[in-house]
Amino acid sequence: MEVVDIDARAAKLGIDWSQVNFDSIQLPPGEDFGIESDDEAVYQDDQSEFDTGFGNIIVVDHLPVVPKEKFEKLEGVVKKIYNQLGVIKENGLWMPVDPDTKMTLGYCFIEFNTPQKGARTRLFLMVEYFLRVSLNVWGSLQEAQNAKEKSHGYKLDKSHIFAVNMFDDFDRLMNVKEEWEPPQARPYVPGENLQKWLTDEKARDQLVIRSGPDTEVFWNDTRQKAPEPVHKRPYWTESYVQWSPLGTYLVTLHKQGAAVWGGADTFTRLMRYQHSMVKLVDFSPGEKYLVTYHSQEPSNPRDASKVEIKVFDVRTGRMMRDFKGSADEFSIGGPGGVAGASWPVFRWAGGKDDKYFAKLSKNTISVYETETFSLIDKKSMKVDNVVDICWSPTDSILSLFVPEQGGGNQPAKVALVQIPSKVELRQKNLFSVSDCKMYWQSSGEYLAVKVDRYTKTKKSTYSGFELFRIKERDIPIEVLELDNKNDKIIAFAWEPKGHRFAVIHGDQPRPDVSFYSMKTAQNTGRVSKLATLKAKQANALFWSPTGKYIILAGLKGFNGQLEFFNVDELETMATAEHFMATDIEWDPTGRYVATAVTSVHEMENGFTIWSFNGIMLYRILKDHFFQLAWRPRPPSFLTAEKEEEIAKTLKKYSKKYEAEDQDVSLLLSEQDREKRKALKEEWEKWVMQWKSLHEEEKLVRQNLRDGEVSDVEEDEYEAKEVEFEDLIDVTEEIVQES
Amino acid sequence: MFRPGGLCFEPITATWLYSELFTNGTLTGLTIHHLKPSKSQRTLADQIRRPSTVASSVMTIECVNPEGLRFNQMKSSSHQTLETRMRPILMKGHERPLTFLRYNRNGDLLFSCAKDHTPTVWFADNGERLGTYRGHSGAVWCCDISRDSSRLITGSADQTAKLWDVKSGKELFTFKFGAPARSVDFSVGDHLAVITTDHFVGTSSAIHVKRIAEDPEDQVGDSVLVLQSPDGKKKINRAVWGPLNQTIVSGGEDAAIRIWDAETGKLLKQSDEEVGHKEAITSLCKAADDSHFLTGSHDKTAKLWDMRTLTLIKTYTTVVPVNAVAMSPLLNHVVLGGGQDASAVTTTDHRAGKFEAKFYDTILQEEIGGVKGHFGPINALAFSPDGKSFSSGGEDGYVRLHHFDSNYFNIKI
Repeated sequence: MEVVDIDARAAKLGIDWSQVNFDSIQLPPGEDFGIESDDEAVYQDDQSEFDTGFGNIIVVDHLPVVPKEKFEKLEGVVKKIYNQLGVIKENGLWMPVDPDTKMTLGYCFIEFNTPQKGARTRLFLMVEYFLRVSLNVWGSLQEAQNAKEKSHGYKLDKSHIFAVNMFDDFDRLMNVKEEWEPPQARPYVPGENLQKWLTDEKARDQLVIRSGPDTEVFWNDTRQKAPEPVHKRPYWTESYVQWSPLGTYLVTLHKQGAAVWGGADTFTRLMRYQHSMVKLVDFSPGEKYLVTYHSQEPSNPRDASKVEIKVFDVRTGRMMRDFKGSADEFSIGGPGGVAGASWPVFRWAGGKDDKYFAKLSKNTISVYETETFSLIDKKSMKVDNVVDICWSPTDSILSLFVPEQGGGNQPAKVALVQIPSKVELRQKNLFSVSDCKMYWQSSGEYLAVKVDRYTKTKKSTYSGFELFRIKERDIPIEVLELDNKNDKIIAFAWEPKGHRFAVIHGDQPRPDVSFYSMKTAQNTGRVSKLATLKAKQANALFWSPTGKYIILAGLKGFNGQLEFFNVDELETMATAEHFMATDIEWDPTGRYVATAVTSVHEMENGFTIWSFNGIMLYRILKDHFFQLAWRPRPPSFLTAEKEEEIAKTLKKYSKKYEAEDQDVSLLLSEQDREKRKALKEEWEKWVMQWKSLHEEEKLVRQNLRDGEVSDVEEDEYEAKEVEFEDLIDVTEEIVQES
Repeated sequence: MFRPGGLCFEPITATWLYSELFTNGTLTGLTIHHLKPSKSQRTLADQIRRPSTVASSVMTIECVNPEGLRFNQMKSSSHQTLETRMRPILMKGHERPLTFLRYNRNGDLLFSCAKDHTPTVWFADNGERLGTYRGHSGAVWCCDISRDSSRLITGSADQTAKLWDVKSGKELFTFKFGAPARSVDFSVGDHLAVITTDHFVGTSSAIHVKRIAEDPEDQVGDSVLVLQSPDGKKKINRAVWGPLNQTIVSGGEDAAIRIWDAETGKLLKQSDEEVGHKEAITSLCKAADDSHFLTGSHDKTAKLWDMRTLTLIKTYTTVVPVNAVAMSPLLNHVVLGGGQDASAVTTTDHRAGKFEAKFYDTILQEEIGGVKGHFGPINALAFSPDGKSFSSGGEDGYVRLHHFDSNYFNIKI
């Protein structure tokens, strides 16, 4: 039984854990409701301790042998020692005395207080919960163990060093066989195949959705035009779920902390990370580390809220470092700064190594390395007034933006800094800047900086771009201005892995969309405009993860207009609408797109799956729809050349899939026909039954109607043709006889 | 020709979704040719006299093979959209939202109830207003017409139910209750009527059975039977007679459907909580032969039940709360009407409301089409007894009368 389940059931029954006093629950002895703890180690510990019932007794040896006169004094000393370690049961100390000599025997038994009977069964039930929530309660049972460990080797004086053993151990040790038996080697239990989902025969992708209390994982089966369920669980998470960047894990959030799930067939819990009231989580790009975040509202509203951030190793579950402090330390610029705290607080350097992560705070950039989890060179970088940092998605290059200072005396600056050397690779000063936004291209080749500048009057702003070519020598910078300088920029997006980008600019409600390339046909070092689409109902851009295709979406005010556009051919493939759509997400392969209406709207919650070229495949409606997320895939192992080769010989491969498609659709239409036939037959049965009953009741009905016979109209009426002549006007005219 | 509350025409597009039919593995595509009606056909007078013929003359369907190709079987499951142009007749006679619509047995008269206090009768063919029934002093929730179309019974929020002479509009009798009358239904033979009342100061919601006298002079107000709802605070939105007047079927705000013995008043059956509606039942419509009935609920579903055993047979799921339901007497079609709650309408785009009458295949439970047009939620739906036309009444105060065109009758799924 999972804690989640316990919580879920409690929520169902309206029980608030904090109101429940577990000690007040008395369960009948021996009753465990058939529920076993899933934490085996603990379970077995319990067994051995309780089996004999002497688990709370220790044996203290090497006491001084004293005569009767000194007995009480010694007893007092021993009691004093052990009272510090636990509560000795009333009359729980027994020092045997030699009946002949009246001398003590040099040892004594001490019994510690244990909870009453019944507690044991209760523990079986609640052990999981206790372990997490209140270790203290559990601990009280272990007084004896504790006392044994603490006082073993206690020096009463030079010649009397305590030897303390558990009473149960005597039994156990007496039974040890004289001959040595080689310990059995534990059979190797292979871990779960965490990447099994990638080997799906039909090469489908998974997605997770949350609606109402349920969290469900599906295969997106477009052949069947329906999602195929993988795993469903009510109350799986207490706030939201998130995939790890490579798709290996699904993380859920709970009161007690975060948990990751994954595995070959169904989702099993792989690891838990204790962080009570965790609010946000973030993975490192190589999913080696998990960052969890919790903030507590201050009791005094004038104080900043308290923030606690922990970094865990995903696989071992070990906490690598935690950061505590007031919210100011974790927000950009601190109090009075430009922006508030933004998640993720720690930004991970690109690449799979998960080597560095950086934090921005007032006038400082703190870069940590994961080998030691400490600051690089033991100190933070001081950058006055820095407001934004951004890692390259592939290299350990940090771009940062510093706004204008001193009323324009000191220009604004965008700089690229190499980590860990902290060498500034490139910097550019910018004048009369109101704001900057940095956009890295996904393979780290280009950096676009959108610069909003004041006009001369300082009353309005206009935008332009500074384009950095990272991979070229000396990192050349090119300035790009839109055809109409005064156009407002509504959205910007790089083509993933590509050299193109799209910009929505102009005025609402019908802005223009332009596409640019970082290359021209002749010159690879110059940016060029490919096309401008005039007056589009769009305010958001969604590139396919493979590039080439883009969705121009009109969310919010545009009611969910979608235009599927092919940038290679510069043509619209399809236009569609998902009314009131709030979210759009491409699947990791770029074959399908999901659009969703989440519960921000009351009506028509659910999602629709489209093909990349805008054909609607299927639609699922779910009330109280909160979240949809495709399971990411790790990057392909194929080299660029190999991929190109496959693209060229695609026909060879596609035959197989086309045949499969054909089979499935045949099967489907067959199934569909069968289903319809069955439904029709079932309905016919009802109709027959109704007809016969109706016939049987005919006479009764007739009586009820005072003898009126017919049920049906036809007999009652007959059609008659009536000719109707209407005299409209009569005029008499005298015709003159000739 | 034009009387007060007269007519106006507006071309409207109804959308039917076609699932391809295929024979012997070969598909036949359907293409539609729009033919412009000739001038003479477009004359208003002609439309008024024969709206259905006008509508059908607007278009014809022809079966051709698109692109001259055989359809790949893969496409067999794809839907084709077939649009037809039906000209609904807009009937503006009510000043407040419509609450109920009912045809008489012959299908030549249409009775409408609205929150303005006057039930109205219309010619079901051309939408001409025939007359009104004046006398209520509150919203009229429901009505029923006797088999011979001589009597009308209406239930109103003015705490009365009234019997009317259909022809003269004369008020024959008034049943007085201490609470608003919500629904009325004549029994087979028209000797009994079942009337439900809401909970009100001091009274809880109840179902009353009244005897209807042959001669209005002999009419008395006494109830033959009074059934108390288990939860008196919840409204009973509809109660109708079961087969042979032996039972009474009721549904209301507590989401449960109950079958009562009409003689003893004993509760015989109650819908299962698992399979039944989850939220308030707003409407209930029974088949002509009293064998089954359809319920609509705020839980965004409509359910089809066997009237004798209360077995759930079908469930139709839609995206908006269902306010009104109707079953076609001709084809296996059910219609659901509803929409976003009136209070939330003004805050969103008109399309968000989904004020559409949605057609479903009764057997396959699949949506086959929708008829748009209302500016507010649909509160009332009714099929004419011949199944060739239907009308809808909305929160917008309009009754829209639709005569189906030939396309509709050719829908195959």
